Amino acid sequence: MADEIATEDPSSTPTESLEKVVVRFAGDSGDGMQVAGSRFTDASALFGNDLATLPSFPAEIRAPAGTLPGVSSFQVQIADFDILTAGDAPDCLVAMNPAALMKNLKDLRQGGTLIVNTDAFEERNLTKAGYETNPLEDGSLDAYRTIKVPMDSLTKEAVKDTGVSGRSVLRSKNFFALGLLAWLFHRPTEPTIKWAEKKFAGKPEVVAANVEAFKAGYNFGITTEATKITFEVKPATLRPGTYTNVNGNTALAWGLIAASQLSGLPLFYGTYPITPASDILHELSRHKNFGVRTFQAEDEIAGVGTAIGAAFAGNLAVTGSSGPGIALKSESISLAFMTELPLIVINVQRGGPSTGLPTKPEQSDLLFSLYGRHGESPLPVIAASSPSNAFQMAIEAARIALKYMTPVMLLSDNYVANGSEPWLLPDIDSLEPMEVEFAQHPNGPDGVFLPYMRDVDTFARPWAKPGTPGLEHRIGGLEKEAISGNVSYDPNNHQLMTDTRAWKVANIANDIPELEVDGDKDADLLVLGWGSTFGTIRAAARRARLEGRKVATAHLHYINPLPKNLGDVLGSYDKILLPEMNTGQLLKVIRAEFLIDVVGLNKVAGEPFKVSEVTEKIMEMTK
Amino acid sequence: MTTPSYTRSDFQTDQEVRWCPGCGDYTILASVQQFLAGLGRAREEFVFISGIGCSSRFPYYMNTYGMHSIHGRAPAIATGVAATRPELSVWVITGDGDGLSIGGNHLIHALRRNVNIKILLFNNQIYGLTKGQYSPTSEPGKTTKSSPFGSIDYPFNPISLALGAEASFVARTLDMDRNHTQAILQAAYEHEGASFIEIYQNCNVFNDKAFIQVTGKEERVHNRIDLEHGKPIVFDGGAKAVVLRGGQATVVDSNSVDPSAILVHDETRPDPSVAFALSRISHGPYGPTPLGIFRNVNRPTYDEEFNDQVAKAKERSGEGDLGKLITSRGTWTVSEKSPNGSAGSNGSGGNGSGPSES
Repeated sequence: MADEIATEDPSSTPTESLEKVVVRFAGDSGDGMQVAGSRFTDASALFGNDLATLPSFPAEIRAPAGTLPGVSSFQVQIADFDILTAGDAPDCLVAMNPAALMKNLKDLRQGGTLIVNTDAFEERNLTKAGYETNPLEDGSLDAYRTIKVPMDSLTKEAVKDTGVSGRSVLRSKNFFALGLLAWLFHRPTEPTIKWAEKKFAGKPEVVAANVEAFKAGYNFGITTEATKITFEVKPATLRPGTYTNVNGNTALAWGLIAASQLSGLPLFYGTYPITPASDILHELSRHKNFGVRTFQAEDEIAGVGTAIGAAFAGNLAVTGSSGPGIALKSESISLAFMTELPLIVINVQRGGPSTGLPTKPEQSDLLFSLYGRHGESPLPVIAASSPSNAFQMAIEAARIALKYMTPVMLLSDNYVANGSEPWLLPDIDSLEPMEVEFAQHPNGPDGVFLPYMRDVDTFARPWAKPGTPGLEHRIGGLEKEAISGNVSYDPNNHQLMTDTRAWKVANIANDIPELEVDGDKDADLLVLGWGSTFGTIRAAARRARLEGRKVATAHLHYINPLPKNLGDVLGSYDKILLPEMNTGQLLKVIRAEFLIDVVGLNKVAGEPFKVSEVTEKIMEMTK
Repeated sequence: MTTPSYTRSDFQTDQEVRWCPGCGDYTILASVQQFLAGLGRAREEFVFISGIGCSSRFPYYMNTYGMHSIHGRAPAIATGVAATRPELSVWVITGDGDGLSIGGNHLIHALRRNVNIKILLFNNQIYGLTKGQYSPTSEPGKTTKSSPFGSIDYPFNPISLALGAEASFVARTLDMDRNHTQAILQAAYEHEGASFIEIYQNCNVFNDKAFIQVTGKEERVHNRIDLEHGKPIVFDGGAKAVVLRGGQATVVDSNSVDPSAILVHDETRPDPSVAFALSRISHGPYGPTPLGIFRNVNRPTYDEEFNDQVAKAKERSGEGDLGKLITSRGTWTVSEKSPNGSAGSNGSGGNGSGPSES
């Protein structure tokens, strides 16, 4: 089928080569914008561009058609060099209806390319979007290179012989838009066509409709010479190796599977569906042939409860959620802490408090992760900094949990979880195995098993699986006597056990990498970050350097305990900037720990920082 | 392997049992220990998980694997053990507050899933550990510390609740009747799937004699209805019988009905309606009250299907291959000889002064 699309543009449209371009697809929730965006992304990835994505969708599944709340969008930046973010402002915007235009036009770069579906610009839709006059006619789009396309009618025409009918006909219009963009940006067409064939296998009429619409969009570009110019972005010169395009939830799920293989322990994932963490469950549930057992519990508490049971039973036990669910799990996490069982707790953060902004990213659960439990219950807390990094951090979470017999909090957020980027695949054989030794024999005098007799190095207690003869023992939430594990109300013992548990976690600082500083050695400013701000901070520092500023950056993947050298690093710079998608939570921790006056750059707007926002602050601080 | 030979003391721990003197929990503990010793099954294969409350101290006194967990959550934690380790025998110890109030949700979901766990719910109709507030099984009007003017809460009937959740094994027994308790434990143990046993347990400190109508020497003769599979339901020395009228289980004088009208107990009826009707004869231990097994039916257990899916996936797709997994969504390769040389590593940022992002 693909051969019907000309591989070379036979028209005389000239081509401009770009280093990078930011494209945003915007339309109704039901318009298939996430599909269009991810197809464009995958085609670009396979073409060899570096890229980063930022999907944005409403919390409602299908808000009323044509309304502003119903607008869903997908932004991708593709480049011929290594990029770090999905870009601040689109160079090209696809608006499938007036609401999408209304909501997204303000972001489009002046002079940028705007592709509008003119068929959707009728009175009712204009009114719903809040337009008093038709922007296609009133001159308000003059600042952009606007391509007006009657996508509904052209799609209808394109799919008329494919066998789809009724409402299904217009479902293919996202493929029309995709085809037009494939032409405009010289994207390969094969991957998209193949994807449609695979995705809709068994529904030949749907495959045909999507492919026909895609081709019609592509050919529309050629035959109408829709723009005076087309663009190409050459493949990026990334580090040699094999790449795949991955989002954070998938990478995290794969990291858990990798940890299961590396530790030789079966993976158990106890959870309750919640945005934006559910995709981890979806992904894991598909891979039972890895010995993965996923359990969709009756509630968040049972999600963590079953995981605690699975940990006691000898599994690599994981529970996952987002803020509201983690709140419900709080008491249980304390039990895992008290019983010193290995457990991974994943928090894919979203806007809060309460239901907050379920589909938007935020880093506002940091203090909650560090301190949100009753009693003295410090947990190791680590955070993924990018989609692909989630793979590594999931393995790290398992390593720490298993080695130190402790619950570990692994933080992600909606930007990491749903954003995607090319991932230089690791050599599987080079991943370090985790040695897990279950207790096999009594460790005390007279054949007694002492469940709180600790390892001298890690202070981990032994892990004895039910079923092991001679090691029958009881654990629980009541304070334990050191060594014997019997219930104890002794005041000195409680002091000792509280201190011991805290020390065990603090000691992990000796077993994590030191913080690396990137950038100018003699920098005037250090930009510190954690979590999903990674790419934005690095990109902003690059931009400031182009302006001649001396900037260093450092990114924390370990938040409790903090890297041992953090104090020295912070002490080496006159000024420290800490951008966070919260009101200054790590800032409080850093100030309290090091008595250093770090400057915060804080944003809780339901969207990641723009590179320009961070750059501006860097420029201001390095004047 | 030879069958281990145990006595009750093999299941006792060195921990001092700290229930109030005279508490019904002592008798239940002894019954369970004796029962397990008699099974001859390796001690390390038993796991006791409890929540919070007086009864939930139970695991500390059992020389098996055990966990004293969180208020109400024992069925969830036990599910994690049982589902991933189906070769173990997993028991839940809970009470009327723990299992029916704060943990009601986990209880009904464990029952509907038919996880292979044995749930012993010690019902004393009072909060004991918090020193005497009304519980979700306390009778209406009960005067307690937290209900000085009488409780206005309508109580649960635990058997009805379990049947409503379509539990595959539902029974009721008494703390002080050790033979009855052990017979029920045996049946619950043999049942594949979730077993729910309500145990009337006397709290002699905060709710003494709550069950006197079925335990008292005089009273029990008239009130105790022993359900026996395959037998007509008669009690009170044969004077009283249970018949079904309009779907309702009704107590009648035996001689007032034709013997063929007397309900013959069948615990294996697939439909739970008749079992439910029996559970409605009394709404608590007041007047004629059925004891024994209400329902005992087979349906697939959760742990079996849970692990079966894993085995089938391995059969279908082979053992998981991590290398294949991470390349399953399409890959591309950047060769050593890329035109412009290697320009920084992806994702690691680098100190590049190359092009800048928008």
